[in-house]
Amino acid sequence: MMYSEKVMDHFNNPRNVGEIEDASGVGTVGNAKCGDIMRMYLDIDPETKVIRECKFKTFGCGAAVATSSMATELVKGKTIYEALQVTNKAVMEALDGLPPVKVHCSLLAEEAIHAALWDYAKKEGLEIPGLEEPKADISEEPV
Amino acid sequence: MSELIYLDNAATTAVRQEAYRAMEPYFIQNYGNPASIYRFAGESRKAVEEARESIAEAIGGKAEQIFFTGGGSESDNWAIKGIAEALQKKGKHIITSAIEHHAVLHTCEYLEKQGYEVTYLGVDGNGLIDLQELEKAIRPDTILITIMFANNEIGTIQPVAEIGRIAREHGVLFHTDAVQAVGHVPVNVEEMNIDMLSASGHKFHGPKGIGFLYIGQKMKPANLIHGGAQERGMRGGTLNVPGIVGMAEALKLAVEELPQNQKKLAQMRDHLIQRVLEEVPYCRLNGHREQRLPGNAHFCFSFIEGESLLILLDQRGICASSGSACTSGSLDPSHVLLAIGLPHEIAHGSLRLTLSAENTMKDMDTTVEAIKGIVERLRSMSPLYDDFVRKQKA
Repeated sequence: MMYSEKVMDHFNNPRNVGEIEDASGVGTVGNAKCGDIMRMYLDIDPETKVIRECKFKTFGCGAAVATSSMATELVKGKTIYEALQVTNKAVMEALDGLPPVKVHCSLLAEEAIHAALWDYAKKEGLEIPGLEEPKADISEEPV
Repeated sequence: MSELIYLDNAATTAVRQEAYRAMEPYFIQNYGNPASIYRFAGESRKAVEEARESIAEAIGGKAEQIFFTGGGSESDNWAIKGIAEALQKKGKHIITSAIEHHAVLHTCEYLEKQGYEVTYLGVDGNGLIDLQELEKAIRPDTILITIMFANNEIGTIQPVAEIGRIAREHGVLFHTDAVQAVGHVPVNVEEMNIDMLSASGHKFHGPKGIGFLYIGQKMKPANLIHGGAQERGMRGGTLNVPGIVGMAEALKLAVEELPQNQKKLAQMRDHLIQRVLEEVPYCRLNGHREQRLPGNAHFCFSFIEGESLLILLDQRGICASSGSACTSGSLDPSHVLLAIGLPHEIAHGSLRLTLSAENTMKDMDTTVEAIKGIVERLRSMSPLYDDFVRKQKA
């Protein structure tokens, strides 16, 4: 198999699958045309700005599921400011790497976090330094 | 892991015992080069010529019309490039279909770069070309029609004899990529008006790396492989004697057993199709319901992606394939599924199951149960399914 054991583990036993009702922030990225869609839900402590809970739903290949799962694990317990540091590289490293054609999945995972954070910031009228408005569709970018 | 259920026979098949045993003497014992002069090499030469006779008989041609190649892709390349080169003075127009195997499509695209013009005929929702459209596409400078016999993804069988008839009426050569058809459905080059036909040994329980091109009378494609005088100077390279012998034996038996295998496979296939369509919601069968390969079942499941499905089937010991983007390393889903009019998001959730006579009804039932569970699981984590359910409620 072309996937690492960690990728297979997160694909087979994805962490944090599901939805959060009345989530603090929700972000959906990707498109069905390219075969990957990720939706990320955040529950954020209004006082401490710590991400208490993070859930996802993903339509996509094994890598798309695994990167979503790992991304939720990485942001949980972090403040919204720290969560911005969870880059696609960090997700990939935590998964012991991805095949080159699957790198775009990790970019999508990073973008899903950003989209959910953006949704939260917008609702709260908050500015998160370093956070830019997510592109509607990042999967058309060359990777 | 439980016992393996192999349902990817369109990708490759197991070499059958008889073919393997027929090959054995030509590795260590009779290793002589069939082109050599001494008596020892005569054994190899005899084996090759007997194989040629046997293969010709299996497809209704003559021995001198069978040329051995390295497989289906080489046969397709040779037929198309060879005719394009040989007939370039007559014209530079080729007609093919949008759902060909890449061995044909990419060869045609290559020729376009060399100044040839190619018409890609579209197909209907079942994957069939329109014969009237084919006839209309023929021009005075058309030199070749190349349309596959049966599609490798969705299994649809084209009206080959009719295509051949139209080609003959217009004096245009007709080549067919019959890699998925030979040994699986009746093929007769004479009755079906086929001028050139590509086939590959490993698709009918012969060995890999060996195939043949049937070239009818009165045509001579330019060489693809230049070299020695093998294959009457038309294809250089020392003959793959064990491969040729194994392929011939496998094809002979495939044709002998074809009537009962066709029936057996179609029964298993129909059972599989019926159960999947009845028991898995939001799925569709791709390809023509009747005019399809006996061992091919091809589905799309909405809201899920093919690669995930394949990995989870693999974990249950089921080998299958998908035309999905992720398995091929490109972001686009299968060109065949797009050509039959499926939207991208549906085409991404495809699954191809291709059977052999080794499979059983129990395999079919085990597979259906596996598919049901996996599809449900993947949908439970799909945002597309969530959106769909929400819309239904609204």
